[in-house]
Amino acid sequence: MIFSFDLLINALVSGILIGGFYAAVTCGVSLAFGILDIVNIAHPAFVILGSYVAYIVNATFGFDPILTAIVVMPAFYALGAAIYQVYYSAFEKHGQESLRGLAFFFGLLFITEVGLVLYFGVDYRYVDAAYIGPTLHLADVDLPLRILVPCLVSLLMIAVLQLILTRTFIGRAIMAVAQDQLALRLMAIDPVRIKRIAFGISIATASVAGALLIIIQPVEPSVGREYIGRVFAICVLGGMGSLPGAVVAAMLIGIFESLTSTFYGPSWAPAVSFGFLLLTLAVRPAGLMGR
Amino acid sequence: MRTPAFLAICLAVAAAVFGIALGFGNDYVFFAGYVVLQYVVLSTAWNILGGYCGYVNFGTAAFFALGAYSTVAIYKYSADNDVWALPIPVLMMIGGIVSGIVGFGMGYLTLRLRGAFFSIATLALAVVLETLVVNWDYVGGSRGAYVIRPEEIDPIGNYIRYLFLIMLLLAVAAITVARLIEHSRLGYGFATIRDDELAAEASGVPTLRLKLIATTISGVLMGMAGAPFPYYISYLQPDSTFGLDYAVNSIAMPLVGGTTSWVGPLIGAILLGSLQQIATVTISSAVNLLIVGLLLVGFVIVAPAGIIGLVHRYWQRKPEDFVGRRRIDAAAPGSAP
Repeated sequence: MIFSFDLLINALVSGILIGGFYAAVTCGVSLAFGILDIVNIAHPAFVILGSYVAYIVNATFGFDPILTAIVVMPAFYALGAAIYQVYYSAFEKHGQESLRGLAFFFGLLFITEVGLVLYFGVDYRYVDAAYIGPTLHLADVDLPLRILVPCLVSLLMIAVLQLILTRTFIGRAIMAVAQDQLALRLMAIDPVRIKRIAFGISIATASVAGALLIIIQPVEPSVGREYIGRVFAICVLGGMGSLPGAVVAAMLIGIFESLTSTFYGPSWAPAVSFGFLLLTLAVRPAGLMGR
Repeated sequence: MRTPAFLAICLAVAAAVFGIALGFGNDYVFFAGYVVLQYVVLSTAWNILGGYCGYVNFGTAAFFALGAYSTVAIYKYSADNDVWALPIPVLMMIGGIVSGIVGFGMGYLTLRLRGAFFSIATLALAVVLETLVVNWDYVGGSRGAYVIRPEEIDPIGNYIRYLFLIMLLLAVAAITVARLIEHSRLGYGFATIRDDELAAEASGVPTLRLKLIATTISGVLMGMAGAPFPYYISYLQPDSTFGLDYAVNSIAMPLVGGTTSWVGPLIGAILLGSLQQIATVTISSAVNLLIVGLLLVGFVIVAPAGIIGLVHRYWQRKPEDFVGRRRIDAAAPGSAP
């Protein structure tokens, strides 16, 4: 094969950009799975829900999808808090989260997907925004704005999230709930409340991730499924619960997927994240930046 | 009840079911019944790992498709080389072996870690196998593959009756295996893993080996259920074979029925399977999947022990209340009834 430098550079850049977006989908899972130990496999379904919210508002009022997503974040937060409350009182309180809790989230994933299919059909939906068409050219490198903007927004969101986790009281309490719930209780903090808040934040990020997804590509209800493996691969590879680790891992997987689809064809790309997942679990389960 | 006696009863029931199905005089019964029986096998297989060990497998579709696509590959080979096609029971053996090996490998890589990792890996396995199949032109790629079903088979007549009979026997075998496991050392080992893996490990239960055995048996049964499927459906397509329906059904059926014994998946599969057969015809197939999802979520929240649990509670409440009321005078020492 003739080695093409242009192709390689472009594949690398687009991998990093798409990886930045993957980080937005993953940060919610890092929070829920990595820190709270809640295996929320329905997260990609909530991301798709976010995409559809952005789509509806964009199609009827012509609002910017990212702004819409930020405005509806409180609603997603409330949804997340409500789901955690059900999860807690039905499963976590009785120590049944491993089997029935997983089945619960799987059921949610399924209901969301089938519900969207029934309501919107399986047509691909897309949004309109000023930054969707144009592409920046730096020397030989193409920077399509429709991927660059989501990448930047995603990194910004993760930076804010990281600041909240490390600098604010609630954030530190969230980090603490992962380590020692009893100690937290002794400090007069209700661990259930903290977890509810954290899970609410986790679902709130899905709203933004959904808007970013529908900017990057047209969306139909079952698109979320291919993100399940990818998102958990990134979460595990980055080190459970580490947001900087998730960003690095997301870009790494983005690069490998982009190289795979450039040099072997796009139909092989979904296998990349699974390979990473199995390799990480077998070789270094603590991940790149695991504690 | 000893296993041979149980097997004899199962076979008698199976013969009765086949007789009744013949009595309808309509081959549609066999088409619908095949799907229900297939779900009996899949949910029983899922339950061996999920219900007995407490490890959730989201990859039912992957294991099922492994069986189905081994059949397609062999069918293509025999069609291309003009070799006599293998009979379905042999194809089932092959599908089961392939699926069992993959199950063992997956388990070996992920079962050492916490249960959630295994579940996630099984979820991703379906995506990856679909990628492989889509890229593998020999078995049709994304276009799908045609398998020509013979019209008739000698002693039974219509081929669908033959497929139905085979699935019926596989269901009997799966249920017998599940019951055998339940009452053996293996089953008690599985139960210790489900209840407290750390304690089991500490008391010398070889947990990893037991989990691998469970994963392999479960994978073999799912692969066997998948092997005759191309003959049933005639046109096998990756999208539908790897669909989430298999995963959600094989999880919902045991959880709705009850996971701790072989009866649960059987009840769940017959109930949900027939319900879906009826709903697909009368309403639409998307709506009936929504019903399954809602039932799954509803049951895990409200009735964690499934229908068996509800029945148990009902049966136990009655005599308990009865005894409770009598206990006032019966509980006094020396006042035997």
